[in-house]
Amino acid sequence: MATGLAPEIPSGGFSFGNFQRNLSLEVQGLHPPKAIKTGTTICGLTFNNGVVLGADTRATAGNVVADKNCSKIHRLAPKIFCCGAGTAADTEMTTRNIESQLELLRLNMGREVPVVVANRLLKQMLFRYQGYVSAALVLGGVDKFGSHIYCIYPHGSTDKLPYATMGSGSLAAMAVFERGWKLDMDEAYAVQLVRDAIAAGITNDLGSGSNVDINIIRRDEPKTKIIRPYEEIGLRGKRHGKYTYQKGTTKVLETEVIPIVVEEEEVVQRMDED
Amino acid sequence: MAMSLMRPGGFSYSELANAGPVQHHFSPYTDNGGSIVAVAGKGFALIASDTRLSTGYSILTRDQPKLYDLNSNTVLGCSGCWCDVLSETRLIEARMKLYKHEHQKEMSPGAVAQMLATILYSRRFFPYYVSNVVAGLDANGQGVVYSYDPVGHCDQNLFHAGGSSGALLQPLLDNQIGLLNMEIKPTEPLTLERAKGIIKDVFISAAERDIYTGDGILLKIITKDGITQESMKLRHD
Amino acid sequence: MANAQGPSFERFSTSIPTMPSAAALGPMKRTQTPVSTGTSVLGLRYDGGIVLAADTLASYGSLLRYRDCTRLHKVNDNTVIACMGDYADFQYLLSIIEQKAITEDCMDDGFNITARSLHSWLTRVLYNKRCKFDPLWTTFLVAGSDMDDDGQKTEFLGYVDKLGTAYKDGIIATGYGSMLATPLMREAVEAKTKDGGQLTEQDAINVINDCMKILYYRDARAHFRYEIAVIPTTGSARIEAPVEVKGDWQVAHLIRGYE
Repeated sequence: MATGLAPEIPSGGFSFGNFQRNLSLEVQGLHPPKAIKTGTTICGLTFNNGVVLGADTRATAGNVVADKNCSKIHRLAPKIFCCGAGTAADTEMTTRNIESQLELLRLNMGREVPVVVANRLLKQMLFRYQGYVSAALVLGGVDKFGSHIYCIYPHGSTDKLPYATMGSGSLAAMAVFERGWKLDMDEAYAVQLVRDAIAAGITNDLGSGSNVDINIIRRDEPKTKIIRPYEEIGLRGKRHGKYTYQKGTTKVLETEVIPIVVEEEEVVQRMDED
Repeated sequence: MAMSLMRPGGFSYSELANAGPVQHHFSPYTDNGGSIVAVAGKGFALIASDTRLSTGYSILTRDQPKLYDLNSNTVLGCSGCWCDVLSETRLIEARMKLYKHEHQKEMSPGAVAQMLATILYSRRFFPYYVSNVVAGLDANGQGVVYSYDPVGHCDQNLFHAGGSSGALLQPLLDNQIGLLNMEIKPTEPLTLERAKGIIKDVFISAAERDIYTGDGILLKIITKDGITQESMKLRHD
Repeated sequence: MANAQGPSFERFSTSIPTMPSAAALGPMKRTQTPVSTGTSVLGLRYDGGIVLAADTLASYGSLLRYRDCTRLHKVNDNTVIACMGDYADFQYLLSIIEQKAITEDCMDDGFNITARSLHSWLTRVLYNKRCKFDPLWTTFLVAGSDMDDDGQKTEFLGYVDKLGTAYKDGIIATGYGSMLATPLMREAVEAKTKDGGQLTEQDAINVINDCMKILYYRDARAHFRYEIAVIPTTGSARIEAPVEVKGDWQVAHLIRGYE
């Protein structure tokens, strides 16, 4: 019994009540709206002076291309970035949330936050949501311990690897990595390899398309910028005809004019007279 | 792993609740994608298909046109479940040969259209999972287009878009060729050149937004002089 | 939910208690699942022929069961088939195909089954089984030669799966190969033919070797031992002795834990 002196302690953990409700609604025929997914090819690898991350730029909703140039490389910290595959909203919000957590941590501690912390925060958050936050991530960054690539699955498991791929085009990209990867790569070779891996995903996987985005995080530079686009692979076709309409093509059925009433009031401000 | 992210289609809560060991289950159908567009005009008929054959998120081949020349003035376009397309078109070809030998003449597009409806309906309870479009020239030399649902309903139109981009393209054709709901519309009849241009442009748009349409198109031009063809590249991503 | 008790038909049952009624057994189940299976097969066209490859493993689920099963079969001097999927179904079809080849040979008229006709025959057999809901759980690649419109001999490489889906192309891979190997094969062909060049037999074998290695790295049902068949358009086809993937595992030393 709850009293003022001994309040009932709420039971901990997550409540999946809404999930049960949605399930029963679905049985009754109310389907949830379709979320936009990033069909996606994303990848990352380490080279002798940092890490290179790559992503395609297609987002799909079922069999329709929802966005032809979406950005899948997210900033977590000046030298930590994260590629996201899965439900677009989940990857976007998860990385944004972790980005602010990392910044607060940096301000609290007064030193650069290492990449492993970003990995920990991400996997702990994803694990708590039991895979329902469908974000599949390739995390990459540089800190005082070196260059790191992490592969983070929606259920919260992680891998620490020298090279990783994710998303529906992950097999195409991984085939390119497996063929071309070697120890101690220089930057030019590493960037070319990432480009080839994403290009393989774009051309061979229907869930991936449009452009290659690349981000190079170097050990000896304080900041980086995403190269967007690095290369355009899927090029738009050139139309033959003109599709403009003559003025008056659409029939005017009714006209109603709503005047914007501007009320004017004169305010006289007097100077103090003393 | 990330396999659940690879499946095309919408999100479903019950899918998540039932996640667990899955038993192999045989499904006789698959969707191999592809689009067909046909336009009829005065003295000509055009029909085009893309050349991408796909399954799931993979491209099987980039060079598989989905058009069949049935005779000197009729072309059939099919897309959907490719194994059904192969079987259905072979049956049609055989039936047309029988007709030719029996009647000592080629089938008219109208007769082909009726026969196709009968063939499709013969599989009413195990349908050919195919979207069919027939284009040809009728007895007066005018273009005709027939379109079907998988179980044999037949419609005669002047233009039609079917297959994976059908829903995307039909409104475009309604507007550009049907000239629906317009106050000022072009008065000159649809020319062959303009129809060709529209078909090509319409496929360019489909390749932009439909993941199952792309790689290239094959366009067949049916006139009283017979059938000629043209091809064009589309984006391949 | 509390009153979800449905009507019970038990009391109306007229069957003998010890014999389950036909209704109790549910609908007749003809749908089968594959048992001993082979994984990906690859096919690649070069200028003057086709190269096919398949490893020699038949898996029993996740068990590495039969390690010496050839999945390539030479039908006649210029036709070879390769199979992915249920190994028993493959052997069943093989017995029929072998009989067809013998019958053809006995005619002694100088004609043989061509790759194209065998491919076409397989589409009908597999499609008919699919329509009976009793599929042969296999995917075939058929390689050989064909005649083009001018009556010239050309390369032929065709695909047929358990539904009867069929097409021909210069680059075909099945199963995981379609996701892992086709990107590499397409890239290799594109790079070679971009300036009007052509793949040679050795080029094709090199690409296939690369792909088989990567499949062994990444496909859990793949094996390190594999066979290659070379089917020249003119001349006789050969299935080479099995070769083994020589993997490069230096990356393994770089992976420590997960954090």
